[in-house]
Amino acid sequence: MRILVVEDDKDVAGFVVRGLKEAGHTVEHADNGRDGLFMAVSEKFDAVILDRMLPGGIDGIKILETLRSQQNITPVLILSALADVNERVKGLKAGGDDYLTKPFAFAELLARVEALARRGKAEGPATKLTVEDLEMDLLSRQVKRAGQKIDLQPREFRLLEYLMRHAGQVVTRTMLLEGVWDYHFDPQTNVIDVHVSRLRQKVDKPFPVPLIQTIRNAGYTLRAERV
Amino acid sequence: MFPLFRSAGIRFAAIYAGLLAVSAAALALYLWWSTAGLLDRQTEAAIRADAQGLSERLADGGLRALVATVADRLAGNVDDDAIYLLADPAFIRLSGNLDHWPAAVRDTGSFYELPVTRAGMRSLARVQSYDLPGGYHLLIGRDVVVRAQLRQLLTDALLWALVIVGAMATVGALVVRGLFRRTLSNVSATAIAIAGGDLAQRVTLSGRGDEFDQLAEVINDMLDRIGRLMEGVRQVSNAIAHDLRTPIARARTRLEDASLHASTTAELHAAIERATADLDGIVAVFQALLRIAEIEAGSRRAAFARMDLAAPLAGVAEMYEAVADERGVTLTAALPDRLPAFGDAALIQQAVANLVDNAVKFSPDGGTVSLAAIVSPRGLEIAVTDAGPGIPKDERAKAPQRFYRGETARHTPGSGLGLALVQAVAQLHGGQLRLEDAAPGLRAVLALPAAGESGGV
Repeated sequence: MRILVVEDDKDVAGFVVRGLKEAGHTVEHADNGRDGLFMAVSEKFDAVILDRMLPGGIDGIKILETLRSQQNITPVLILSALADVNERVKGLKAGGDDYLTKPFAFAELLARVEALARRGKAEGPATKLTVEDLEMDLLSRQVKRAGQKIDLQPREFRLLEYLMRHAGQVVTRTMLLEGVWDYHFDPQTNVIDVHVSRLRQKVDKPFPVPLIQTIRNAGYTLRAERV
Repeated sequence: MFPLFRSAGIRFAAIYAGLLAVSAAALALYLWWSTAGLLDRQTEAAIRADAQGLSERLADGGLRALVATVADRLAGNVDDDAIYLLADPAFIRLSGNLDHWPAAVRDTGSFYELPVTRAGMRSLARVQSYDLPGGYHLLIGRDVVVRAQLRQLLTDALLWALVIVGAMATVGALVVRGLFRRTLSNVSATAIAIAGGDLAQRVTLSGRGDEFDQLAEVINDMLDRIGRLMEGVRQVSNAIAHDLRTPIARARTRLEDASLHASTTAELHAAIERATADLDGIVAVFQALLRIAEIEAGSRRAAFARMDLAAPLAGVAEMYEAVADERGVTLTAALPDRLPAFGDAALIQQAVANLVDNAVKFSPDGGTVSLAAIVSPRGLEIAVTDAGPGIPKDERAKAPQRFYRGETARHTPGSGLGLALVQAVAQLHGGQLRLEDAAPGLRAVLALPAAGESGGV
């Protein structure tokens, strides 16, 4: 994927660019608002990572508003040290698709950007999700694996649905918390792990090949383990 | 403006003196008009009545009758103040009690006040002249020397009264200024002391309960509140300095130790990862602190709305049910179908999540945690009860303070910020957090005022 990083902090930018390249993406970098806006408007990207406070007279919000006013729907992830709920709301209102506060773990950033870029290419509303031998019918709300019916609680269903919609991608605990539970705070105990392990009991335990994988220091992903 | 008038005391005093002077002058003017003025008007009225009578006589009997009438009137004038003078067209005296026609009197119809000589005596007269048929002139007047004296007396008295009032206004103004200064100096002395850093100073009350006392009380209340806030800030900064130092020191030690002693890349990686985890923990504490500060600042109140808490609370129960189950604890939820409230649903949800999280964490194996909500006319009470060690009575007041960790909580993971956040959320909604003995265990009650009342400080 082709990703634009607009970030003025050299260390953070270097770290992000290196990480994204290692993950196999093509990365362009702008270290001020003016260049960032120019690149975002004139070139085509799959996703933009945008710092909010930038030198050069044009800040992140301004870039975002300009992009959106030109009907440019490139997914934008706002990266900011401003962690207030109000700031977050301001960023999302301006047209941001996701908001990540500094300091952040790279795994979190990568997972979110990949999810965003993928979402940009969503292929219309699906009625059925399939990953390997796991099938989910969104209309009858039934889950089958290898033809065998699996009974899930409503929340477990939503958790699995989220994982299946992001199949092959890493989803972090925070993404699950926000996407499945709509919680925007950090519950002190690792509740997500407990829920995922319950889901595993039903979806993976009775079958020879586990689908829900734990990614160390990052989160989970849904895919058949290939060695 | 003169620098002098920048003093509010002098300004008030000047206003006081000015008002007093204006009202005294108005009173004096009125008195003068209704006494001395009245005398003048009476004289003029008498002269006009005389003229009316004499002109009737003239019309009836001609000049001769007029002369006779004048003589009669002079003879019958008991007060000896009437003045008449009939003169021919050349202003030569024909009859009357004046020696000659006064030179000043030329026009008819207007009043003259002039000195006259009458029977050899100098006097003061108020006169008016009339033209008669045939070119004759008639002067009618009244001797006003007594009235003039009286008027002078009155004028003098009033002028003196004004002088006295002026003096009194000055004295009064000085007194007003003094009072003003004394009352304000109390407040300003306190303010100066506080600006200088002595936050314990308070404005002294006079005990009279007047407006100044009310002002002083308001100022003192404000100072108390500022004092409490300052104390809070001091506590928090102490706590931050103290409680964050430990994990920062740990992370630092790990990194330094690894850089000095790690012999393999794997060891180095492991140390860096542990240190990163430590830093993440510190960031989490910072985020919690900032969130509490954000809640306490009250800006979230702008987003308050009417909402139903039933679904968010059921969500919390559902989320922690799995966690409780994992630890061999039973979580039961007794929630009504509808829980109307006014506020920020996400914050209340987070607060309740913290309470349930605590309860599950401190529950013994096989224990039960219950989440219950009761709606009453007074408001909404959300109670989380566990069968854990509870909080000793003397620690309950301190438990919601930032970073406070009870003896029993010492060995359980946690930041010591959970209850602080619940307390902040409760206060933001005008409610309160109550910690009660569930014998055994703890019952934490988040009490919110009835929907519709925003309340709060």
